[in-house]
Amino acid sequence: MKAKTFAIGGIHINKHKLSANTKITELALPDVVYIPVKQHIGAPAKIIVKIGDKVKVGTLLAEADGVFSANVFSSVSGEVAKIEEINNGQGYLETVITIKREGDVFEEGMDLTDNLITDILDDKEELLRIITRAGIVGMGGAGFPTPIKNNIPEGKKVDTLIVNGIECEPYLTTDGRLMIEKAEQIIIGTRILNKILGIQNAVIAIDENKPRAIARLHRIAKRYVGVNVQKCKSIYPQGGEKQLINAITGREVPSGKLPIDTNCAVQNVATVYAIYEAVQKHIPLFRRVVTLSGNISHPCNYLVRIGTPISFVLKESNIPLEKVGKIISGGPMMGRTISSLEAPITKTTSGITVFLEENSYKPETTSCLRCGKCVDACPMGLMPLNIRDAVEHNEFQNLKQLHVQDCILCGSCSYVCPAKIPLLDYCKIGKYELSKLQKKA
Amino acid sequence: MITALILNIVTLCSIAALAAVVLYMVSKKFAVEQSALETAVFEVLPHANCGACGKAGCQDFAKAYAQAGTEELQNLYCPVGGRKVMQKLAALKGSGTLSIAPTCAVLRCNGTCQNAPDKMVYDGLRSCRVANDIMSGKSGCPNGCLRLGDCVQVCQFGALRINPQTGIPEIDYHKCTSCGACVKRCPRGLFEIRPIVKGQQVYVACRNKQKGSVARKNCTSACIACGKCAKLNSEIVVENNLAYIPASVSPIEYGQKLADECPVKAIHYRKDIVKGESHEG
Amino acid sequence: MFKMSTSPHINSKQTTQTIMRDVIVALSPAIFAALCFFGINALIVLVTSVSSCVFFEYFLSRRLGLKNNTFDLSAIVTGVLLALNLPATMPIWMTILGAFMAIGVAKMAFGGIGKNIFNPALVGRVFLFISFPVQMTTWVKPHVLEFFNLDAATAATPLASLKHLTVAEQFNTDYLSLFLGNIGGSMGETSALALLIGFIWMLKRKIITWHIPVCYVGSFAVCIFISALLTGSARFDVLAHILSGGLLLGAIFMATDYTTSPMTKKGKIIFAVGCGVITYIIRVFGSYPEGVSFAILIMNAFVPLIDRYFIQYIYGTGRK
Repeated sequence: MKAKTFAIGGIHINKHKLSANTKITELALPDVVYIPVKQHIGAPAKIIVKIGDKVKVGTLLAEADGVFSANVFSSVSGEVAKIEEINNGQGYLETVITIKREGDVFEEGMDLTDNLITDILDDKEELLRIITRAGIVGMGGAGFPTPIKNNIPEGKKVDTLIVNGIECEPYLTTDGRLMIEKAEQIIIGTRILNKILGIQNAVIAIDENKPRAIARLHRIAKRYVGVNVQKCKSIYPQGGEKQLINAITGREVPSGKLPIDTNCAVQNVATVYAIYEAVQKHIPLFRRVVTLSGNISHPCNYLVRIGTPISFVLKESNIPLEKVGKIISGGPMMGRTISSLEAPITKTTSGITVFLEENSYKPETTSCLRCGKCVDACPMGLMPLNIRDAVEHNEFQNLKQLHVQDCILCGSCSYVCPAKIPLLDYCKIGKYELSKLQKKA
Repeated sequence: MITALILNIVTLCSIAALAAVVLYMVSKKFAVEQSALETAVFEVLPHANCGACGKAGCQDFAKAYAQAGTEELQNLYCPVGGRKVMQKLAALKGSGTLSIAPTCAVLRCNGTCQNAPDKMVYDGLRSCRVANDIMSGKSGCPNGCLRLGDCVQVCQFGALRINPQTGIPEIDYHKCTSCGACVKRCPRGLFEIRPIVKGQQVYVACRNKQKGSVARKNCTSACIACGKCAKLNSEIVVENNLAYIPASVSPIEYGQKLADECPVKAIHYRKDIVKGESHEG
Repeated sequence: MFKMSTSPHINSKQTTQTIMRDVIVALSPAIFAALCFFGINALIVLVTSVSSCVFFEYFLSRRLGLKNNTFDLSAIVTGVLLALNLPATMPIWMTILGAFMAIGVAKMAFGGIGKNIFNPALVGRVFLFISFPVQMTTWVKPHVLEFFNLDAATAATPLASLKHLTVAEQFNTDYLSLFLGNIGGSMGETSALALLIGFIWMLKRKIITWHIPVCYVGSFAVCIFISALLTGSARFDVLAHILSGGLLLGAIFMATDYTTSPMTKKGKIIFAVGCGVITYIIRVFGSYPEGVSFAILIMNAFVPLIDRYFIQYIYGTGRK
């Protein structure tokens, strides 16, 4: 099999997949969980429980408010202690439902065994309804409600489903582990999506640096119709939606349009696994796999209940917090730093990367050499150094021509810059100023 | 020898004559119609071509001003020239006295290093717009000043500087031309252009919309929406956990009272604002 | 307190300093060859050039109030390149003047590293070349491995011999000495072998891409080849033209200078082909035997224009 890749730009980075061979283990249960009502893009879910209510694992806590929203379930059993606003890690407040844990009792009807269920319901509407009910959102990081992606609007069609198992972020290994440990489940999940979309053409795209996952999925996929495995080159950002569509199908998402305009649907591996659990095992989304990695002695993959405070995860793995300089929710390329350890794990937290104090400093910026490495690296074909010039000189009207709105914020430009100029920051300012300019017009 | 000299002189002179004729014809043919008023207005303008007025430059402003009716005139203001220039323009136009009061920018935040101590370390590009994207601010206040000085960078008149003691920007009233660049630049909309009444101003230096108890955790000077100021003057609005003093509230009459009444010192009363001469007129 | 910072949280290990260090390493075979062939004279020119470039960089950045970038090693690279472009018999004061033109006028006056329009080392060389044509075209005969041999017998460069070749004559320098560098010429340009080793090193370390050197030499070779076909003269010996003169030094180290070459691959190819054609025109039709430095400086002036019109294809805008 020849490895595919996208056409423009991209960078080679050391992937540091330290925990790639560590089995997924279940994390102990915390005493308190904070479950945010907004763990997705769109409207926050409407809270339907009161303080003092007894809940079980899998009890609906908050209901989707419209189509652009998602249900939120309890991840532990116990009592609703508070409905409060806590620091989301960036210092902004978000509404959470605080639950005090007592025991570990599950709602009825869930199949928690490891038995594989291969037969899939034939009712497309019913399948979609189950996914909507289970509160599934894109678990790769964006948190886009999954039902919307699979509910194809009038006049559009999908001919290829791409399951994203690239995981191009350094350190993170959740998708890689899932594909090794839950290979068959992921393939059945893919078939469920095939059925919903009414197609027989799904491609599971996997990064070259996961040979075990490729071998396993390839072997199993042979037994099923309509599921193929495709190896992709280990280049950052291969896992970006636009880059992946380009790599697999050769198509390009037109500027300002959605993937559906190229007749493709892209789903993350973790999302597909959640879909399998929801449809075949009746388990709503209340847990996910999280990689804990970085400059720590035992990088590992945990199955974590949603709402578990990050402080609890760090304490369970005995991380000396006094030496830590930076904690990132997500991977080091696109993840966000967090300041408050009370912030919970959400549906979209794929990992926690910890950097020690000595590795947490930004390098000093020197003068731009005009070497053009950022231009070569940009997977969208933009010119980050020109964007920087436009921002520095307040020439915001030029930003549209520079297509700054197409920037996917992958950070390749900042990574490669030999002068260590934070080009991505300038692109962010550019996007902000351009949208302000367009709003005014 | 002499012939060559004469030939050269004749050739060059004829070229010069030809060029003069061409220039004359072109200047006649492509002349831009410019009314006497427009030329006069342009002469008075500061010629900074900064675009702070919203027009493409001073020439554009002059054109718009010369053609403007009574209503449009309200929207034409040269912040660089200030009142003095606008009064001259009004005289030119013959539109009577000028109704625009002197103004300056104010910072509606009092989140100094002392009032709102740091809770996090920011390490990145020194720009408020970037910091705003990744965090609520060093103090934790999601509406407060980020103290990274985008406003200082954008001010063309040097009217802003970060006070090293407080960490937040300070406005130099002499230099501020009310051009509004800082208002547009601040990602949190903390700047407001407010009128100065006889050298006095009163405003709420806070934009925090959180509940009083939450806001006070981050900043001792945060507005807690106690409503004491609203009792003094019914025009003062208290909504979304935040008080706002409209420009119509007279600082001369209420300024001192309001500042004394506010329990968290979020209301700022300034009584000695002396604008630079060119702006005061 | 944890640090809040913007993504990405990791950076490549390549910095301006490591790039310049790699370029110096890439230049070291050429330096070694220069010392082998021209002995102590070469060492004197080299040391003078490097130390005065570093001095001017440091002194002027202080005087002009620019950020002090002396420690990024770029001044050393300029100094080495300037030295390699000079004959080994260059008087010391002229070398210092050249270094001043290179760093002071071509680089610092424009605002320091990354802001110059013309390649500093080439500006220094061309200034000296025009001001002191006698000294700049007095090429000593190389003495292989005789370090203290100060015999300054002059030798004609192969290019000059090529230029004045009549149709009936044959060119008679053997290609092996051209390749190894046992010929007259400026310090660094004689040994093609040493320069090619440097080229491979820079490619391997991903300092430069192949586009500029290959397209430069390629387009130049094609022009010479066509002339040879049309005229049948021994003047148009493709291999001799490539191996002699400053072509390889220019194509590998001078034309690829980041600041003064285009950023996109398309632009680089246009730039390199332009350099190749101009070099050909000067060498064949001009009055100088050598045209590399002029060709690169002329194309340097076009770089802003090339950067403007040959931009990267933007994803999702539709390929035309």
